[in-house]
Amino acid sequence: MNMLNVHNLGVAFGAVQPLSGVSFSVGKGETLGIVGESGSGKSLTAMSVMGLLPLIGGRITAGTVEFDGQDLTKLPERAYRKLRGGRIGLITQNPMTSLDPLKKIGPQVDDVAILHLGMTATQARARTEEILGTLRIPEPALICERYPHQMSGGMKQRIVIAMALAADPDVLIADEPTTALDVTVQAQIIRLLDDLVKQRNLALVLITHDMSVVAQTCDKVVVMYAGRAVEYGPVGAIFEHPRHPYTQALIACIPRGLADTARLSGIAGTVPTVMNYPKGCPFHPRCARAEPICATDPPELSINGDTGAACHFAEMPHAQPA
Amino acid sequence: MKVSGMAARSLDAFARMSIGRAFASGVGMVAGGFLVLLVLVAVFAPWIAPFDYADQNLMNANAAPAWPHLLGTDEFGRDVLSRVIYGARTSLSVSATAIGISMAAGMTLGAAAGYFGGMFERVVMTVVDLTWSFPDILLALIFVAILGPGLTSTTFAIAIAYLAQFTRLTRAQIVRLKRETFIEATINLGAKPSHILLKHLMPNAIAPVIVVGILAIGDGIVLEATLGFFGLGAQPPTPSWGAMMSSGTAQLFLSPWVIIFPGVAVAVTVIAVNLFGDELIRALDIRDRLRGA
Repeated sequence: MNMLNVHNLGVAFGAVQPLSGVSFSVGKGETLGIVGESGSGKSLTAMSVMGLLPLIGGRITAGTVEFDGQDLTKLPERAYRKLRGGRIGLITQNPMTSLDPLKKIGPQVDDVAILHLGMTATQARARTEEILGTLRIPEPALICERYPHQMSGGMKQRIVIAMALAADPDVLIADEPTTALDVTVQAQIIRLLDDLVKQRNLALVLITHDMSVVAQTCDKVVVMYAGRAVEYGPVGAIFEHPRHPYTQALIACIPRGLADTARLSGIAGTVPTVMNYPKGCPFHPRCARAEPICATDPPELSINGDTGAACHFAEMPHAQPA
Repeated sequence: MKVSGMAARSLDAFARMSIGRAFASGVGMVAGGFLVLLVLVAVFAPWIAPFDYADQNLMNANAAPAWPHLLGTDEFGRDVLSRVIYGARTSLSVSATAIGISMAAGMTLGAAAGYFGGMFERVVMTVVDLTWSFPDILLALIFVAILGPGLTSTTFAIAIAYLAQFTRLTRAQIVRLKRETFIEATINLGAKPSHILLKHLMPNAIAPVIVVGILAIGDGIVLEATLGFFGLGAQPPTPSWGAMMSSGTAQLFLSPWVIIFPGVAVAVTVIAVNLFGDELIRALDIRDRLRGA
């Protein structure tokens, strides 16, 4: 069953429309990857689901965000607060600054269970220590007495994950959870999230720009570009037969280890900013396969089974990445 | 053994606290030590003062400093030392009470304005800024006109005079903190606005406000003395440093000790407060947070 169902989501800030036509769904025990370069609207999608847009002056202009069968787009702030951190957890990009510098770790994590599960301080502390234990944090009781500045980045990210899990949510959104961490710690955190999905039957939305992470951990993937979902589908299908040139380019960018002696590849150019999204297909200025039609007509989603690609040439065989 | 161990440990804990660190430097120790002493003198004035502050002895008026009147006597033959000691009580309590009221009100208004923003913020800040444009003496006169002269009017006048400073500083802290990632993270966890404001924003905003509060107590003492000098503050026979200096002006050349000693008391106290405040700013490392308020 799908816990989170986002359909045709559109977001506007005043007259600017940074997000449109984003759809995806994720069920229990499933991991959905949202990939794209910086500025493609990944984090904005997460904020829309969390109902945080009003805080930054945005609003949802189209589509629905369905959580456990309930449309959240019309939900008042007070009711949203119960979901936030309660049934939908969010882990953000920067663990280094996500903890209150003046409070000990224990009370910070306890607060979540006290707030959402109505626990007493003692019950909450027991739960905190249990969760820290499952996140493979050594000596949870001792860690609870520490301040954030006494801990490493990887440790802080585990604490942030513990806070997101403290109220036993159904959906966990991880917005680039490893960006600020060392490579070795990144792998640990990703593995940890992967285990949590299996143990707790979580629905995980993993936002990343790392295609190799998606290949390793996700069941489904949405590729975003310039505020649009340009391709979606099961990970296997997307990696074997990417139908959108952007997806192909992203896959081609994954380094393939020491045996691959070719230069690392990139995608020429940069993501357009919200103020100057190109007409037609937003990717056409950087697309190797672009033809005149791409500069004038925005492509429709070409749906094929459970995959979809927004490209005029999605139906035609593309040159596969090396 | 056990007791001394505990005392050592609590001393150690105090030294590690930032406010304790302000005592660590030479200047901090002297200034802070003086202030602690002054507070003790004010609290225990009845036991320390050699004479009653109101005891008149016209036979011995305007006597020069000598035993038993170490700082001399005033025009009614009252002991100047005793009056300076009791004056510390008036000055410190009026200033501390006024600043306490001002801080409580300023922090509440500033935090609410900074957190909620919008029209509410604009109205609050405009009104608060307006109070800043009134000269302190004029504010005091308004309260004297309403409540009559006395320490209550003085207290309210000082409280209003410093309201804008606390409000603006608190607001600036809250506005800055509101954008911090850990506040966003708290919102993401579903915390209520009251929880965010009281449990996360205020504790992080409070350090500079407290330091400014301590510095303002020094300014408050000067303001209290000024109002006392003009006869708007403490009414006789209540001793107040300002009022004592005022009555001393009449015999400035005849018996200068009547004006000099309360004057020295004001000056030394204010210098000590400012030096200690500076040490506190250094110890808390908040110099840059005091700007832009």
